[in-house]
Amino acid sequence: MTLLTPQAGDIPLPVPGALSVPYWEGCAAGELRFQRCSDCGGATHTPAVLCAHCTSTDLVWEVSSGRGEVYSWTTIWRPATPAFEVPYVPLIVEMEEGWHMLADLVGCEHDAVHVGLAVEVEFFAHPGGITLPYFHPRR
Amino acid sequence: MGQHPFHDVAIVGIHNTEQARVLEGHDDRSISLQAALGAIADAGLEPRDVDGVIGPFGNDFLYQARIGPAWRSLSALGIPALLDGVTAIASGMATTVLFATGGAGTYTQRASTAPWTRPTNEFVAAYGMYTAGEFALMARRHMHLHGTTAEQMAHAAAVVRNNGHAHPDAVYSGRGPFTAEDVLASRMVADPFHLLECSMTSEGGAAVVLTRADRVADLRQRPVYVLGGGTDYYGPAYQHPPLWDLGGHRRPDLVAGYVGRRAAEEAFACAGLGPNDVDVCEFYDPFSFEILRQFEAFGFCGPGEGGAYVTSGAIEPGGATPVTTDGGTMSFSHGGAAVQLLQRVIRGVEQLRGTCASMQVEGAEVAMCTGGGSGALFTDVVLLGRERP
Ligand SMILES: [Zn+2]
Repeated sequence: MTLLTPQAGDIPLPVPGALSVPYWEGCAAGELRFQRCSDCGGATHTPAVLCAHCTSTDLVWEVSSGRGEVYSWTTIWRPATPAFEVPYVPLIVEMEEGWHMLADLVGCEHDAVHVGLAVEVEFFAHPGGITLPYFHPRR
Repeated sequence: MGQHPFHDVAIVGIHNTEQARVLEGHDDRSISLQAALGAIADAGLEPRDVDGVIGPFGNDFLYQARIGPAWRSLSALGIPALLDGVTAIASGMATTVLFATGGAGTYTQRASTAPWTRPTNEFVAAYGMYTAGEFALMARRHMHLHGTTAEQMAHAAAVVRNNGHAHPDAVYSGRGPFTAEDVLASRMVADPFHLLECSMTSEGGAAVVLTRADRVADLRQRPVYVLGGGTDYYGPAYQHPPLWDLGGHRRPDLVAGYVGRRAAEEAFACAGLGPNDVDVCEFYDPFSFEILRQFEAFGFCGPGEGGAYVTSGAIEPGGATPVTTDGGTMSFSHGGAAVQLLQRVIRGVEQLRGTCASMQVEGAEVAMCTGGGSGALFTDVVLLGRERP
């Protein structure tokens, strides 16, 4: 058996934009952050100027519970670049606060994934200098 | 009732250059200009008849031919760009519009997927995402919601690939025929997609020439008309999670999984037609699932019925709605980063002229041509017809 692990190779790494700096700073601090609307209470991701629910611009950063369920998944066998170890398993995770994000699965075998799998965030400090969120099955 | 908005527009020239896995000695510009000249010749026109161009290589053409000042659209991709040209003629901004596109020489790092499949976005790139994975996340959700099977998707891929097998100019001409079992036996790329369910990478050029409908009597080809069109977008492709249920407040009845439904509704309304009037479905085929999805999105069948629809015999040659009759991006050609988005239009025109080299649909009157797909959060639609609207 082979457990899925974070990609430590020379992969393309995020270059934060003006809107996403707080998100990536959160990852470095071990926090998964999203934006909460002060007007309607809705959650927004990816980092935005406008609330996805009401278009308010009054968004404040909040720390997620880090827990969610697999909404969709794919197991990739042909890597995007040779730096990626295969297989890897990109997920869309539906977070407890109602927002969705994309990240890879770790900490289990690739065929353990299914829609509805309960997962929790973990962080991996890539040697390239940025900390990336991944998800492992909730134990 | 007023005149149809595209009453004055006709598609009069089309051309595909040679399409191949690699076209030695070409780059994007050289192969696009070759396509441009081919389409102008097909129409029976001269370079100096062109007074409008679309995209970066149209701009090269107008400089090289010294036909400026001319109208130009900055669009570069497929059906939206075509509709810019249609609108320019309909509104009198141009008389004869050239849309030429091509790709060659850009995919050289073959250990990686093609550069156009993996934009370097901060929320996807580190997770090894590229187009196959983006579309797989949409397909997987549909499988979960509706019980759509790998066999159903593989069947759609086999039908499309077998059309290309029969097309003499397809990159994979003669490389079939395939059964759904053959497709499922090919290696897995991005679950649920096997290799034979994915678009190829290749190189080539393609071009279309539009002109005023009152000029067609002097030209070489039977004209083809634009009956309606529409474009649906949910935001930038490959930057955000490709969420089936991604919605929009202006049409809360629709989700990104059915992107293209609104565009199809608008195209059908403009044409005064519905799905039952379509004789040939030149659907964009980046991945097998997109064939099923489009039949649902455009109203040929109900939600969740796409798998049953594509295995009913409807999409094969001789069926009610033959699909992607040249083999599409899976077998005919992808042609670089942008060419493939014009290929469906060219094949639709050939079907209505009665000159498609594979799977010609006898007496086809209406063709539905599409581009994009759910994993990219956009779908474009154009309806073409033999009768002037
Ligand atoms: Zn809000």
